[in-house]
Amino acid sequence: MLEAKGLTKHFGGLVAVADVSFSVPEGKIVALIGPNGAGKTTLFAIIAGFTQPDAGRVMFLGQDITFMAPHRICALGLVRTYQIVQPFGALTVRENIAVGAHLRLKSRKAALAFAEEVARQVGMGDVLDRAAAVLTVAGRKRLELARALATRPKLLLLDEVMAGLNPTEVEEIVQVIRAIRDSGVTILLIEHVMQAVMSLADHAYVLNQGRIIAEGHPHAVAEMPHVIEAYLGHGAAARLRARAGGAA
Amino acid sequence: MTARTAFAVIAFAAALIAPFVVHSDFWMGFLITTLLYAYMGMAWNVLGGYAGQVSFGHAIFFGTGAYTSTILHISFGLNPWLGMVAAAVAAGLVGALIGYLSFRYGLRGSYFALITLAFAEVFRILANSFEFTGGGVGLYVPLKIGWWNLQFPSKTGFYYLALALTCLSLAIGAWLENSRFGASLMAIRENESAAEALGVNAFACKLKAIILSGAMMGVGGTFYAQHYLYIDPTIAYGPGVSVEVLLVPIIGGLGTMLGPLLGSAVLHGAGELARRLMGDVPGLDLVFYGVLLIVMVRFLPEGVIGLLRRRHKPGAAHA
Ligand SMILES: Nc1ncnc2c1ncn2[C@@H]1O[C@H](COP(=O)(O)OP(=O)(O)OP(=O)(O)O)[C@@H](O)[C@H]1O
Ligand SMILES: [Mg+2]
Repeated sequence: MLEAKGLTKHFGGLVAVADVSFSVPEGKIVALIGPNGAGKTTLFAIIAGFTQPDAGRVMFLGQDITFMAPHRICALGLVRTYQIVQPFGALTVRENIAVGAHLRLKSRKAALAFAEEVARQVGMGDVLDRAAAVLTVAGRKRLELARALATRPKLLLLDEVMAGLNPTEVEEIVQVIRAIRDSGVTILLIEHVMQAVMSLADHAYVLNQGRIIAEGHPHAVAEMPHVIEAYLGHGAAARLRARAGGAA
Repeated sequence: MTARTAFAVIAFAAALIAPFVVHSDFWMGFLITTLLYAYMGMAWNVLGGYAGQVSFGHAIFFGTGAYTSTILHISFGLNPWLGMVAAAVAAGLVGALIGYLSFRYGLRGSYFALITLAFAEVFRILANSFEFTGGGVGLYVPLKIGWWNLQFPSKTGFYYLALALTCLSLAIGAWLENSRFGASLMAIRENESAAEALGVNAFACKLKAIILSGAMMGVGGTFYAQHYLYIDPTIAYGPGVSVEVLLVPIIGGLGTMLGPLLGSAVLHGAGELARRLMGDVPGLDLVFYGVLLIVMVRFLPEGVIGLLRRRHKPGAAHA
């Protein structure tokens, strides 16, 4: 469904994304993990049309979307959420979600009604008339998800929608995401909460310093020594192994 | 019938019979100005209030409208009603030009505001130096009284025309608050890239907004020229109109349907009061505007309408 080939992005001297290729098959949940500053969000920005890559191509549903404007990419059915939430502060939750709903629905009434439906789907049914600016962190994360969902995407890009949530809230959002996948939406998610990645993702890519260093089933990649090192520093895998050996 | 519709009906009825009750030309003039600025305040509000693209140079559209209908009338004998349509088209085109240049190159916030200011100044200087605009002397609209000629024998005609324009502006406000286009503009105002991520074509929406806003101002320009039968570069393109049309919605309530009407009433009512109390000192109105603006931004950032809303719905979510 989504195919990225050789994506590269420099910011001045810094290589944020270096020759990254990966694909997301239809109907799956694919996770993109990696330490802070690995280039994950930059990759999302490139895919969604907000950042122009220095090299490489992005194909979506067989179409080249590399230099397409964000709103056109969204219209094709690819929508992103923001890691740093971007609510329309002065608008209510219902109005926020309706902005997304309007992509497919011209009528105001229909968009507001659909917004309400989506809000219930993500558990925001009881805050519909609250201004987005007064929501809690968890509420704002959900709002990001709801607005994106209201555009009726084929592929949903979720950037750390679980960051800052407590374990109960994480469990709730995991259920919501699974339900979205079951309704036929393909998902690519960036996530640091490993237990969520483990339980949700069919496939994971590990990004480190702009490069993909591993891919495979989430359980498998989490065991790979060089992945552990990317997260915990050089020699960490060996130390862990030694400790595990000592305990046994 | 809710209290709100009842109030609207009574207010509209009162507006309709006002000319039969108010006999002084002075107060009729006051009402006409208030309504005209309610209308032009909404024109500014479409772009500045709903779409969040603050302009310091809306006189450019007003002046273009005033000159367009007046020049076409003087030079080609075009009927001023048709001139009003031509004014809307010309001012809309100027809006398209400024919008295209600014929005294509991503000018936002104070940069956009300054560009509009600069454009208005350039137009003022041009109007001062060309012959067909009458240069610094200005243009007199030939006196040919008759409603078909958009020159009414008394203030009453202009009053009803201004009232019609105000009603039109309220309808536009209501439409913005209940349409996809309006929702897109507000989303752009709140967060442009988030709006684009949700499929909003921000460039196209902002361009449409500035064209609509400009066209509305252009009609206001023709109204002014026909009412006062005279324009010059300072009246047309000077900062006076630019400042007043932005003050009106800021005072009344940015990005709201009733804001410009309330704002115009407060601005002109208080302005008149100040004149009565302190006499007609030149420049006093500008000092007064400045003070009013500071007070509003400091104590009532949501405008008069925010005050009314707070009164009526304590604890309601209006961030
Ligand atoms: N607009 C920009 N200009 C300059 N540098 C940038 C820009 N955006 C990102 N970077 C840099 O690119 C690198 C990758 O950033 P990115 O936000 O993609 O990382 P990330 O994997 O999403 O990290 P995190 O897990 O902290 O969200 C970082 O070093 C960051 O500082
Ligand atoms: Mg990130």
